[in-house]
Amino acid sequence: MSDRVPIIKIGELLLVSIQVDLSDETTVALQEDLSNRIVDTGAHGVIIDISALEIVDSFVGRMLATIASMSRVLDAETVVVGMRPAVAITLAELGLTLGGVRTALNAEKAFDMLRQSARFTPSGDDDAAVAVTGGFDAVGRDAE
Amino acid sequence: MATSQGIEQVVALLQAQRDRVFRSWVQAVAVNTRGRRTAAETEQELRPMLDALLTGLSAGAVDANNPAFDELRAILAEYSRARARQGFTPAETSVAVFALRDAVLTALHDSNPAAFADFPAFSKLVDNLGLITFEAFVQARETVIANQTEQLLELSTPVVKLWEGIVAVPLVGTLDSARTQVVMETLLQTLVSTGSAHAIIDITGVPAVDTQVAQHLLKTVVAARLMGAECVISGIRPQIAQTIVGLGIEFGDIATKSNLADALRLTLQRAGLEVRKIARTS
Amino acid sequence: MPSAVTQSNPTESPAQQMDIVSDADVVRVRQAVRTLALKAALSIVDQTKIVTAASELARNTLIHGGGGSAQLELVHERERAGVRATFIDSGPGIADIERAMAGGNSTAGGLGLGLSGSRRLVDSFDLKTAAGGTRVTVIKWKR
Repeated sequence: MSDRVPIIKIGELLLVSIQVDLSDETTVALQEDLSNRIVDTGAHGVIIDISALEIVDSFVGRMLATIASMSRVLDAETVVVGMRPAVAITLAELGLTLGGVRTALNAEKAFDMLRQSARFTPSGDDDAAVAVTGGFDAVGRDAE
Repeated sequence: MATSQGIEQVVALLQAQRDRVFRSWVQAVAVNTRGRRTAAETEQELRPMLDALLTGLSAGAVDANNPAFDELRAILAEYSRARARQGFTPAETSVAVFALRDAVLTALHDSNPAAFADFPAFSKLVDNLGLITFEAFVQARETVIANQTEQLLELSTPVVKLWEGIVAVPLVGTLDSARTQVVMETLLQTLVSTGSAHAIIDITGVPAVDTQVAQHLLKTVVAARLMGAECVISGIRPQIAQTIVGLGIEFGDIATKSNLADALRLTLQRAGLEVRKIARTS
Repeated sequence: MPSAVTQSNPTESPAQQMDIVSDADVVRVRQAVRTLALKAALSIVDQTKIVTAASELARNTLIHGGGGSAQLELVHERERAGVRATFIDSGPGIADIERAMAGGNSTAGGLGLGLSGSRRLVDSFDLKTAAGGTRVTVIKWKR
């Protein structure tokens, strides 16, 4: 499958909206495309909308984590938005740590959040999104 | 399984004395359901059963699972389901089938004692039909119970809006795994539909927390974070805190507060809001 | 209406056989599992769990088993329906099962959650492995 996920540039932001059922190949391609686009455009923020994704397995999870750390190295902040409740529950059950990946309920909130961060024009909006940090490993391992 | 020839005499008797057997059958059943069923109603319920039984028997069927008894099994199942929903006991329900054996036995005794040789095979058939009745009854009951449980779950997990972008779930009563799961799904769904980035899970009204429930709560918080929302767990009473520590469950960096007010204060702060006392002028 | 005789084994519908030899096959298996999960009327969360588990296991079959096949079927046990997925390969087998099931272990660059993770997502998990291949069967029942 040679589907490529489009990356849209809006000002200092890159917007990725994943609308296809991701194959591993497409996933790897997205990771590469995105790092190239960050360097090419000098973007300081990346929003990845996964609201259309019906599942996120460990491969896609790892891709999200890799993109987040990679973009950080390239001086851009990544926010993953729109994860469906069922997907979130499944990931929590799976014990999947999306360490260091910032998340927001929707693209609008992610946008506000990125604008607040130092690299962007400050605008003092409320309602920031949260960072997914450690302390997950205790979850769901031994109780089953 | 008995061979089909073993029951011919009973079939012949049933055909010949159909009305008589039917009357004594109806009478026996009516005794058991007195006050809840009129004789006419009982007749109406039992007639299709006898018809279907004779149809199957005439086709040479002896085994209750024979396709020739498809209709009879369907009638029995429907009858049992209706009884289960109306609150009859399993005994009151299956007696309808077992009473037929007595009716046939009496008829045999009176008119053709030689046919007794067929009776064990017929009795076995009645037993199996009785089992079908019983199974359908239990399944219907289980469905009723499952539906009620589900309704109860929905009723007992309200998600309330505390402020723009802040929701809370006040949990009251015993939390089992199934209920905690429903709470989890309802809460996360509400976060999306209301665009709330903050949630408070209040367990003041929960008497006890076991490992599984604690794990579910933790998973809820983790799932909410993955979606971009932050939760606070409030109302953790001293005993529950002891249990949690005793079980070795790590809450990690998940915020916990002893009461709802503290949780709300923290959440407002996180949302960049502030509550102040204002000076009154009059 | 089922018979009065109790059945201990889940009854089966004809199984759907799918090859797993490429990346695109993993996606196809995933979609087929979702279709079955819908037929079994699983809740959205349970659908997501079994599809995610299938995705992990299909990838395992492809990467660790060097390709293989999946058998997908709708199963019934008394009144409840479920989805059963079996993944078969004739690869080298899993040398250290305990380590593979403990999670956090990865030999192919995943998150090491393939086996241990998918086990947590399903109701029944059966693993048979030897030098000549691996066979994993999972079932998710309607709640």
